Amino acid sequence: MNNFEFKQATDTRDAIDLINHLPEAAFVAGGTNIIDLWKYNLTNPSSLVDINHLHENAEISILENGNIRLGAAVKNADTAYHPLIAQKYPLLSKAILAGASAQIRNMASNGGNLLQRTRCYYFYDPDVPCNKRKPGSGCPAKDGYNRMHAILGTSEACIAVFPSDMCIALAALEATVNVSGPNGDRNIPFSQFHRLPGDRPDLDNTLDDGEIITSIDLPEEGFADHYSYLKLRDRHSYAFALVSVATALKLNGNMIESARIALGGVAHKPWRSVEAEEFLKDKEANAENFSAAADIILRDAKGFGYNDFKIELSKKAIIRNGLMALNPASQLPGAQPSA
Amino acid sequence: MKHTEIDTNKTVGKPISRLEGKLKVTGTAKYAAEYDVHNLLYGYVVNSTITKGKILSIDLSKALALPGVIEVLSHENRTKLAWFDLQYTDMDAPPGTVFKPFYDENILYNGQPIALVVAESFEMARYAATQITFDYSEEPFQTCLDHHLDSSRVAKKGFATALKPPPPPPTGDFEKAYQNAAVKVETEYRHGTEHHNPIELFATTTIYQGDGKLTIYDKTQGTINNQLYVANIFGLKYKNVQVLAPFVGGGFGSGLRPQYQLFLCVMAALHLKRNVRVVLDRKQMFSFTHRPPTVQNLRFATDTDGKLMAMNHSSKSETSSFEDYFEPIASWSHRLYPAPNTLFEQELVPLDVYTPMDMRAPGGSTALHAIECTMDELAYKLDIDPLEFRLINYTEMDPSAEKPYTSKALKACYLEAAEKFGWEKRTPKPRSMERGNKLVGYGMATGIWDAFQFPSRVEAMITADGKMILNNAVTDIGTGTFTVMTQIAADELGLPMEDVDFRYGDSKKPFSMFQGGSAMTSSTGVAIVVAAKELRKKLLKKAREITDSPFKKVEDNEVTFKNGTIALKHDPNVAVSFKEIIAFNKGKTIKTTNMGKPHMLKLKKYSMATHSASFVEVEVDKDLGTVTVTRAVTAVAAGKIINPKTAKSQIYGSMVWGISKALHEETIMDEKLGKYINANLGEYHIPVHADIRQLDVIFAEENDELINELGVKGVGEIGLVGMPAAISNAIYHATGKRINKLPIHFDELL
Repeated sequence: MNNFEFKQATDTRDAIDLINHLPEAAFVAGGTNIIDLWKYNLTNPSSLVDINHLHENAEISILENGNIRLGAAVKNADTAYHPLIAQKYPLLSKAILAGASAQIRNMASNGGNLLQRTRCYYFYDPDVPCNKRKPGSGCPAKDGYNRMHAILGTSEACIAVFPSDMCIALAALEATVNVSGPNGDRNIPFSQFHRLPGDRPDLDNTLDDGEIITSIDLPEEGFADHYSYLKLRDRHSYAFALVSVATALKLNGNMIESARIALGGVAHKPWRSVEAEEFLKDKEANAENFSAAADIILRDAKGFGYNDFKIELSKKAIIRNGLMALNPASQLPGAQPSA
Repeated sequence: MKHTEIDTNKTVGKPISRLEGKLKVTGTAKYAAEYDVHNLLYGYVVNSTITKGKILSIDLSKALALPGVIEVLSHENRTKLAWFDLQYTDMDAPPGTVFKPFYDENILYNGQPIALVVAESFEMARYAATQITFDYSEEPFQTCLDHHLDSSRVAKKGFATALKPPPPPPTGDFEKAYQNAAVKVETEYRHGTEHHNPIELFATTTIYQGDGKLTIYDKTQGTINNQLYVANIFGLKYKNVQVLAPFVGGGFGSGLRPQYQLFLCVMAALHLKRNVRVVLDRKQMFSFTHRPPTVQNLRFATDTDGKLMAMNHSSKSETSSFEDYFEPIASWSHRLYPAPNTLFEQELVPLDVYTPMDMRAPGGSTALHAIECTMDELAYKLDIDPLEFRLINYTEMDPSAEKPYTSKALKACYLEAAEKFGWEKRTPKPRSMERGNKLVGYGMATGIWDAFQFPSRVEAMITADGKMILNNAVTDIGTGTFTVMTQIAADELGLPMEDVDFRYGDSKKPFSMFQGGSAMTSSTGVAIVVAAKELRKKLLKKAREITDSPFKKVEDNEVTFKNGTIALKHDPNVAVSFKEIIAFNKGKTIKTTNMGKPHMLKLKKYSMATHSASFVEVEVDKDLGTVTVTRAVTAVAAGKIINPKTAKSQIYGSMVWGISKALHEETIMDEKLGKYINANLGEYHIPVHADIRQLDVIFAEENDELINELGVKGVGEIGLVGMPAAISNAIYHATGKRINKLPIHFDELL
């Protein structure tokens, strides 16, 4: 780890000033990802701007229009256990609690969760090629060990996946990301925040240089009656999703009024299919229809060898999680399949 | 027979909590990298990023220009070193050419240590390491076992072969018997690489004392092994090198051989004449030894009654290009089951990796997975209950050696574990048991492990305060050795445990082998028994010399040692305390140093082993394949259990390891890059709390009066051996799928 300058920002403006004026500067909030990246010699900022003391971003509040605002500096654990979130947005709560470990959730911030880097083995090894880390150097994952890698939205350059659980729920809930920067404030719909790798896999999201996430807004509809988060992984806790599914349903009797399905562990961003969600509208909430929706979602899915199983697994997970959403009480801790 | 009676507070057999527990949980216990040392320099290792080839040049200019960087050592400027391989050889070195760090420009494997940055702080050393550039010439390499099975050959023989013999010669005519057999099964098993990953990182703190003297705090399982290694290589006198390891944060075999941070730390300390510390980081914990990947092929056959008629077990496993690491795999089945026709073969495939080495139940845990899954398949073919099938082939003998075991309570293990588990509730058909969305499977398997005993030397003394001090070089790698040795000594002298001070983890103390093979309780424990016997004799002798001593004409068998006194058996009021004896001895300590060693001659007629039976319940999700080991019972027969609490912890730990081996643990080799790619604990999976449910341990009674003075066998490894097969068999029972590779991933059950 190189020597670096450490500055504590007093408010959002100050943070933006610092990040734009200090050389090779990076923000630190919970530090649960950047410190790892630093130790692995994947990043070497010359200055670090501490944004843990931006009080205006440290709360969860109800907006005038009934939406909920999650401060970017609020910890993941505090968000998951906040009564408003646990009651109105239990899908988000369950997704957060399926991620990482209690210790990491206690440190990790909401803003930081959106910005975590992929866990691709090759990305994490500075001594091997990786287009995300070093554009143009190549991608050993494509014909290497790609058990954890993407099946949807991949490019020639990159098949990495975005590792968050929280963001899969935020995608399903159609959250909005509020950011500030040197050119003012803007709001980014969640579906447009993360991006597909294309020929620029080094870019994970659409945040501009020098911008900071200040908060995340949740629309009023929280799908608190029919929701489920299912996470499939190689052990029952403290592992990234091989496939995860956030399902949120609005039902009229047994008929679907609206459906949201977001997949994690399968793409460079939380994966949704508007077509599949439209398909489910006014259909009966049953395995057959969830299966047909899964086929739509996975129509263009493509495996790379070790991750071929994800296609079938995703389908089964979408069906099962649809059924679990009908009975949220069936969910087990750690977002495991229902008993 | 005349025996001195020892009437004590009898701690042996009681579940005593480990004596250093509080020090450990409060962070007071110090590990190799935690000693406060003045003027300490920090070394950080730089590892090769290529797999095979040569270093052409090294550019240190940027690194050396950084503030606080003192020196960078490599093959170019290293200290003059010992010339001969033999001088680098440690007690656990396999046959071959031992790896010599910084020896020359050649790269033998990816991650090989190639430079050491020494700086004023760890952080600066680590950063400087990133600023060094190496110019390499690369050569083609081979790192994939599967692709090079054709280049297998038998292992060279050497010193290590004594404990790890090659498979015995064939018996009968396997091919003919197999061909003609009524029921047969042919199977193939694949196991991946595993790294030991003790939580304590490998670390060495070398205190440079001047005059060729070094005090070294090292993470090791063998203080004397590392003392000799350092002294031999660097040309120091043995007595001037002290290796200390009072606390060791796990070893699992990785500390049986000196690892490269010891070598580099000592080299830097001698070169700079300074105190130096070298700590590996977690990624570097994947840059040396490991459990080798294997491919095993088995053909077993029975008659129509289920009697085994023919067994063939062939194994090919990875070794390095420079040493022949061999762990017995192919020969285990015949130590459990009799069969008139056997054929056991085992070969190595040399690859461009570091030398593998013993990792908890080396060979045994690999082999028994294959053997016991094959037995399960046979049981299904025969339509015989898997437990019944084991009992049909049960023997009190060791068929491979045609000798009786000193003791073998395996049948009790089977029956007690089966009862506790509720095996009789099992319906044999695969996919026949369900619970909601889950398929339920019951599986069982047998375990067997060696009962070794190494020579060990103990100094024991009674001091002026009437208390006992014992000295032995052994470590306690977290197994409970300190506590167990204290118990044994306390009981042998009739002292309360608090009056016994067992001192260990120091190469200056009398000889102990490295701590491995589940052998420490028998090795140092027996040495304590021998020394204590001598000490009792000396104490009684001195007691007789006291003026008007009531013991003057008393025979050895007429006294009892109790609460720090010697008393007459028939009149316990007539007693003399150890304190009084030492006072009479003018305050001078009474001491003795004795060797405990196995009774080779007597034991030649016997085989020695521990046994176990594991029963496992799994739940497998019907749609998604996710697996949970919901219950497991392991019964162990390991002779006398000195401390049921620490022993049980050993079995719990190894059962967890069994779950890990079956479902989680694997280091992934990218064959194109020639390196391990999941070298961190985030992606190298071991179970977390959520993966571990109900575990039960039973110790079957096993009175072994032959094996050694204590009747103990050791419990470090046996709890692991049966678990992976029991889990695989339970998964088969649940799903009808045989996944003959480890670890089993849930998607393979879709």
